[in-house]
Order: sequence, then structure tokens, then C-alpha cells
Amino acid sequence: MSMFSRTDTSFLGRWWWTVDRGLLAAFILLIVFGIVLVSTASPPVAETLGLDSYHFLKRHLVMLLPAVGLLVGISMLSPRAIWRMASILFIASIAAMIFVLFHGVEIKGAQRWIHIFGFSLQPSELAKPSFAIVAAWFMSRQKENAKFPGNLIAAGLCFTTVGLLMLQPDLGMTIVITSIWASQIFLAGFRFRILAIFAAAGAMCLGGAYLFFEHVRYRVDRFFKPESGDNYQVDRSLEAFQNGGIGGIGPGQGTVKSTLPDAHADFIFSVAGEEMGLWFVLIIIAVFGFIVWRGLNRPTTSDNIFSVLAVGGLLTMFGLQALVHMGSAMNILPAKGMTLPFISYGGSSILSLGFSMGAVLALTRRQVRGSVARAGLSSKTRVLEAGNQS
Amino acid sequence: MIFLKQARRHAIKLIGEKSSSLDLARGRLVLMGACFIFAYMFLAARAVDLMVIQGKPAALADNGVVQEETAGATGITRADITDRNGELLATTIKTASLYADPHLISDPQKAAERLAQIFPDLEYGETLRRFQKGGRFVHLKYSLTPQEQHEVLKLGEPGLAFKYEDRRVYPQGPLTSHFVGYAGTENQGLAGIEKSFNELLAQGKPVALTLDVRLQHALRREMEKAVDDFRAVGGAGIIMNVNTGEVLAGVSLPDFDPNAAIDETSKKMFNRVSLGTYELGSVFKIFSTAAFLETHNVGMNASFDAREPIKRGRFTINDYHAEDRVLTIPEVFMYSSNIGAAMMGQAVGTDRLKDFYEDIGLTEKMSFEIPEVGKPQVPHPWREINTLTASYGHGIATTPLQMTAAVSSIVNGGYLVAPHLVLNKKAEENAQDESLRVVSPQTVHRMRQLMRLVVTEGTGGQADVPGYRVGGKTGTAEQQSGRGYDQSQLLSSFVGVFPVEKPEYAVFIVIDGPKPTKKSYGYATGGWVGAPAVARVIASMAAVLGIKPEKTSEQADLSASLKQYVTVKGHD
Repeated sequence: MSMFSRTDTSFLGRWWWTVDRGLLAAFILLIVFGIVLVSTASPPVAETLGLDSYHFLKRHLVMLLPAVGLLVGISMLSPRAIWRMASILFIASIAAMIFVLFHGVEIKGAQRWIHIFGFSLQPSELAKPSFAIVAAWFMSRQKENAKFPGNLIAAGLCFTTVGLLMLQPDLGMTIVITSIWASQIFLAGFRFRILAIFAAAGAMCLGGAYLFFEHVRYRVDRFFKPESGDNYQVDRSLEAFQNGGIGGIGPGQGTVKSTLPDAHADFIFSVAGEEMGLWFVLIIIAVFGFIVWRGLNRPTTSDNIFSVLAVGGLLTMFGLQALVHMGSAMNILPAKGMTLPFISYGGSSILSLGFSMGAVLALTRRQVRGSVARAGLSSKTRVLEAGNQS
Repeated sequence: MIFLKQARRHAIKLIGEKSSSLDLARGRLVLMGACFIFAYMFLAARAVDLMVIQGKPAALADNGVVQEETAGATGITRADITDRNGELLATTIKTASLYADPHLISDPQKAAERLAQIFPDLEYGETLRRFQKGGRFVHLKYSLTPQEQHEVLKLGEPGLAFKYEDRRVYPQGPLTSHFVGYAGTENQGLAGIEKSFNELLAQGKPVALTLDVRLQHALRREMEKAVDDFRAVGGAGIIMNVNTGEVLAGVSLPDFDPNAAIDETSKKMFNRVSLGTYELGSVFKIFSTAAFLETHNVGMNASFDAREPIKRGRFTINDYHAEDRVLTIPEVFMYSSNIGAAMMGQAVGTDRLKDFYEDIGLTEKMSFEIPEVGKPQVPHPWREINTLTASYGHGIATTPLQMTAAVSSIVNGGYLVAPHLVLNKKAEENAQDESLRVVSPQTVHRMRQLMRLVVTEGTGGQADVPGYRVGGKTGTAEQQSGRGYDQSQLLSSFVGVFPVEKPEYAVFIVIDGPKPTKKSYGYATGGWVGAPAVARVIASMAAVLGIKPEKTSEQADLSASLKQYVTVKGHD
């Protein structure tokens, strides 16, 4: 903490004293947990696939460098720079998503990936945070200028993205994007009546997905009627938690990782439960809870509606992903393969998280104000200031 | 100014709207945060539910694998039972039982398929179903052979594991089944030595028996042949060391394989040697004759009128090999005259005969090292008629084993021996010093002579083994069926001793329910059924024990001096 003096007005000094250091520490903690868990969970998976034991661990570490770089680097940017980056990224990811429809690599029945530099990238991973920021910007523009059709544009972007995702098809990502947008229209102050209509529409879409996508129906049926078929992954996962107990069976001692094909990614929480036990599981849950709570409360001191919407959208994405991952592993939600943010192995998802949580850190930085107290500003100055900040 | 005012009002309105929407957004942010916190708390509660309430007990969770079970609770392996030469009769081996931990099985289909190839009785579909049912323990197979275990290990399937258990094995199979007995699945003795020496064995102390598997084989083989040849129900056979009472071999047919599943209700389980009691018939003439010679100082030419059957109330005593004349003692014995024997018994007297039977251990339950010991059925009250019938072995039922021991006690020189099964070399050395004398040396000599005469001239001719001087006595008893005796249900026996001048061994074989055959010219008597079997056993024993044959002239034969009292009838 004594890295920078309070009065340090250098760029880094200002960053250090304005950034949410608690949030930053929580992200770093998750990354450390992630390294530990990927290093224990991934070797059996890699060996099953006939790869070098440390294949996934090495790639995870390689991907963490740019991800941490993004996390810290983005957190230093101004809101304007962030939305500019986000718009470029969003356009690029939409283009890439159209590209994967025609030239993507099919993995496990879905065309989601493109290969770059030996890594498979999932454009939709980058679409998520950039959508959250771009949509927040358009919606906040309408707050500034009621005539600007920002809400409509945001809705249009949402449906475009969702449409492209459904073509892959990627239901999980669809739900995340929709939830981001839903959280933003909620924060933007839509009346509950309108929200209820949206919620009903969303529920109908989910019902439609249940009816039209066989794998969705399968997963949901298994969740509500476990005896209806093979629940292999979830059963293994539940046994892992039961074996773990309070103290866990010890790091590296677990067995669930050798029976689950996605132990290093979609079921890493189960590995944590088996090997580290309840206390560790509770710590992980607590860290996620801390991040979401702290992140969502911090903008309450902000008077920038863009920041509020963007942070709300990004943390919804982050918190929801964690919720679905942990909920699936403990069978309180239908099994949906989602990575546990910062902990699971996952190349493009780690980069995407670095970017999005960097943006959260940036947008929750305490605003640098002049020496003038807020109450003493003339109305004109405040109008101007508000305009500048948008 | 107006423009400025308007602009200012507009600005205030804008600020107001903006700040109110910001307040709203902040409020809703907190609400969202609260929803997330609530959801995470639910996750945490679920984690506690899964990991503590439904959690596995510590022992299981210890390393996620079912712990290998160690031998017994005590950790001591049940000790061996051996024969007198150290051949294993019962031993304990560690066998691997195969089980699966379905949770560790990487590919249930493949595993089930491969298992079906190794164990044809593990059906693919059933095994797969059990693997997929979940749980942590699926028992697959007990007691694998090392070869099978090797095959399973070669599959390299981490979900298949072995439990090592002590298993009682009887390398000789059915050979000694009625004496060694058997142990249950928990390795506790349930019959035979396994039961009576359960505690010692469980403490790891081995037990050596007096049995000799080589003699056991010979006895069992020849008895099986007799049972087969005469389509009999079963039989009992004993080889005894007449000087010590050691049971060198004991066979009860039919027998059972203690390695296989045990059906306790099966007739095969019945020990005819020490548990079954039978009216053994004419072999008892050894005892009545010995009692007579012991109590009457007469020459061997003393005679008995066997022309008329003895009638006592509703009983009539007839001779099977009727001679219809006055018979000398040797004749009574060699032709097995019931009338003569009854008259000898009568001469001895009820009290003295009863006492004599008691002295040589025929009336009380014998002491023997296994739990399967039968109590003789002795007439009660013992009237004169009982004395008459007991003289030729009817109306008194004993176990074949105690009968053999009683014969041994007479031919060994007159020292009482008790049958026993557990080897105790020290006790054998001074056995005779401590023994009680039951008959005088003179009676011993006469009985040896008489028994030799049975083989050289009498009913036991087929028991002769050239060079080994077998003496003996035939027995053919009708078995009680309902209230009377059934002439077609015989107990045909022969007790042989050799070498007759100073017997070392007694061999007794009794065959239950032999049917006459063409080969035996329609006979199923002790002389035709028991005697040849005993002869074959003795021939085998001589080879196994390395007893050299001795050529003796007819004049030097023990029975030679008795021939003067015998009128040999012409051949049948």
C-alpha cells in the first residue's frame, strides 16, 4: 500500500489511489486459485486426450500474462477510451462471429471457434464484454439526449448478437448476452411493467429453446427428472463434493478429474470441492460474492450513468457465469457448460475476462475531481462537466 | 436573459432528471447486488448440504478409495491342519476378490465387455447396468485365481480393484472331509477338527492329525470300489494303529468336498465312522469269544451244540452259515455261528459280558477329538436275551470307530486303546505303559489264532494277502427296518488285523446296503464285500508303509494249531 504516496500525482500514483484495490486483489486471488486448480485438474484431462500432462497448464499460464496485462492496463484507461476500444472489439467480434459460421472449427457440435496462432479463440467470448460496454454507452446517450434512440440501438445490437449466437448454436452465451442487456435496461430505469413484458418474452424464448433444441431439452429434462437418463457428469460432480467433505481429500488427490472430460474447465469447481473441501468452496463463493457486491456498490458514488450501466452489465455477466458454473456443478441448475471466471482453463475466456474486469476497475475508479466541492459547482459548470464525462 | 433563464431551467431539469435516473440506477444496482449475494448464499448453503450433510464418512473420504480390508479382525491367519506327515489337509490362502468402484471406471462399456471376456459368467449387460447404477462398491467375483487376477490387472482399469480375503482351502478335497470338517465364510470352524480346534487354529496354531493321506487314499479308493461293485448306499472305513489307537485313515462314504458350497442337510455330511451307530453283527463275536476265553479256562475244543436254533420268547437265533452240528470254539468263530456265540455269551453271563463290553469301551460314548461322536445304543434294561444277541452283535449299536478300537485293544496284546485323531508323538511312546489290560495274553494269543483261522479256513478267506498274515472277522448284519430286520438291507463288514502274530494295524470296512452280484455268486456278506476290500487296502498299505512280506509255511501259520479242532466241510 505504500507503493505510492497519497500525494503522488503521477499517472500510476493516481491510478493506485483511485482504482478499487480490494476488487483488484480479489481478481488476483481468483487467478491464483485458478493456477492451483488448473494445475491439479488438467493433467488427467490432457493425458486422456493424449497430450502432454502440462499442456493445459502451460497454455493457461501463457494466456494469463496478456489477461493480467489487460486487467491492469484497461483499468488505467478513461471511460471514453474504454468505450472506443469496446466498439472496435464489438464490431470485430460480430465480424468474427459471422466468419465462424462459415469457416469456424466445429468442436463438440457447435461452430464457435477460430484458430489463431495455435490458440482457438471464441469470438463470442469477446462479444460479451464489448456488447456490455457498447450497449451501456448507447443507453446512456439516450439519458443525455432523449431524442437519441440509444435504447433501441442497444436492443438491436442485442438481438443481432443473440441471432448470431443462436446460429452457432450457443445457448449459454445467448443467455449471458440477454442477461447483460436485461440488467442494463433494469438499471436504466425501465418501469417494472415493461420489464415484466421483457421477462415474459425472455421466458418464452427459453421455452422455445427447450422445444426446438434437443440438447437443451435433454439437459433440462435430466435436471428435473434425474432418473430419466444418464446424468454421468453431474453425478460424478456431486460425488466429488460428497467425497471432499469439510477438509477435502487433499490437493492432487482427487479422482473426479479423471472421469470428467471438462474437469479443468466446466467442472473445475467440482475438483476444488473434492480436493480442497468445503472451506475452500466457501472461500471461492465468498470471493465471487465480494466482487459482485463491491463492484455493484462502488458505482453508487459515481454520477456517470454510462459507468453504472457498463459495470452493471459486466458484473452481471461475471456473476452469472460464476453462478451457472457453480450451480451446475452442485446440481441446483441444469447442467450448462460455463467456465468459472478466472479459475477455469479457457484461453479466450481469460482474455475476455481480463478485458471486461479491467473495464470494471476502470469504470469504478474514484473520479478525480478538482479541489472544488461538488455542492459549490454552478449549474452551468455541472452541465458542462456532465457533458464532458459522457 | 430570457434565453439564459430558459437554458438554465432546461439545465436544471436535465440535471434533475439525470440525477433521479442515477439515483434509480444506484438503487437498482444495490438490488441486483443483493440478488447476487442471495444466490451465492444459496450456493454456499448447497455446498454445506452436499459436503457436510451428504458428505462421506471420514474413512471413505480419506483418499477416495475403499480401504483394502485386512485379513481377520485379529490379523492372524487361521492355521493349517496337516496329516501325520505334514501334508496339508486344510490351509488358508489369501485370495483376491474383484470389485469395482463405478465412480473410478473411465469407460464402463469397455470395462464390462472386457470383464465378460475374462469371466464368462459376468454378463456384459448386467455388469454394465451395475456400473451405471452408481455407488462406490460393486462386488464382482470372489476368490480369483492368480491367472484371472493377472488378466484383470492387464485391463489397466482404475475402477477395478481387489479385496484380499483369507480363504480356507482343503487341498485334499473330499478325502478327509468328515474328520477335518470345514470352516464357514467367516473362517470359523463348523465341523470336524475345524470346529473342535477352532480356537487354537484361529490363534494361528497348526494341528497335525494322525491321518496319513496315502492310507486315506487307499482306503477311500477300495471302499468306493466296494460301494460301486455292490451298488451300496455308503460305508465306513478305518485304519487304526492297534497299539496306539491312532486313526491312520478314516473314510465315510458318501463324502463331500469342503471346498464347495456346503449343504448341511445333505446325507453326505453324515460321519458314519464316529457319529453313526450300527448293529455291526458278527464282528462282535470277537468280543463275546474273548470274554468267554477270558472267563472260562477251557481248551479250544470246547464245543457248542448249534443244531437247534435258540428260542427265547419271540426271538429265534439262527445260523447264517448253518452247520447243523456241534461246533468247537474255532468252528463257531470261523463259520460265524450265531447259536454258538450266543451260547458263549450265555456262558459268560449277562453281568460279566456287559462289564466286558463296558471295559473295552463299547457301551459308552467314546472320547474323540471331533464333535461328531455318536453314543452307542445299549440295551436297557439288559436282559438275558440281550446278552445272547449282543454276543453276535445285534441289539447293541456302536460306532464303527469304537468297535475298531475295541478290536485293537484285544489284538494288540490286551491293552485298552482309545481312538484318537490328533498327533501327539510323545504320548504315543508311552501309550501302552499307561494303558489298562483288558484281556490276558493267553486270550490275546487265542484271539489272534482264531482271527487268523477266519481268513485261512473260514468266512474271511478273501481277506488274505499273501505274505502279510491277515487275521480278521466278517460281519453281516441285517439292518433294522421298522420293527424287524430287513434281510435285503445288510451291513457287511470285515475287520482285519495284520501281521496277525503281533498286529500293528487294524482295518475295518463296513459297507451299507450292498446288493448281491453275479460276481459274488449272489452273496453280499461281509466275507464277500468287506473282506476283499480290506485285503486290497492291506496290500496298498504294505506298499505305502514299506512293510515287507514274509513267507510262512502252512505249519508255521498261527492258525495251524487250531486246525485239529476244525472239521472242514467240502467246498460249496
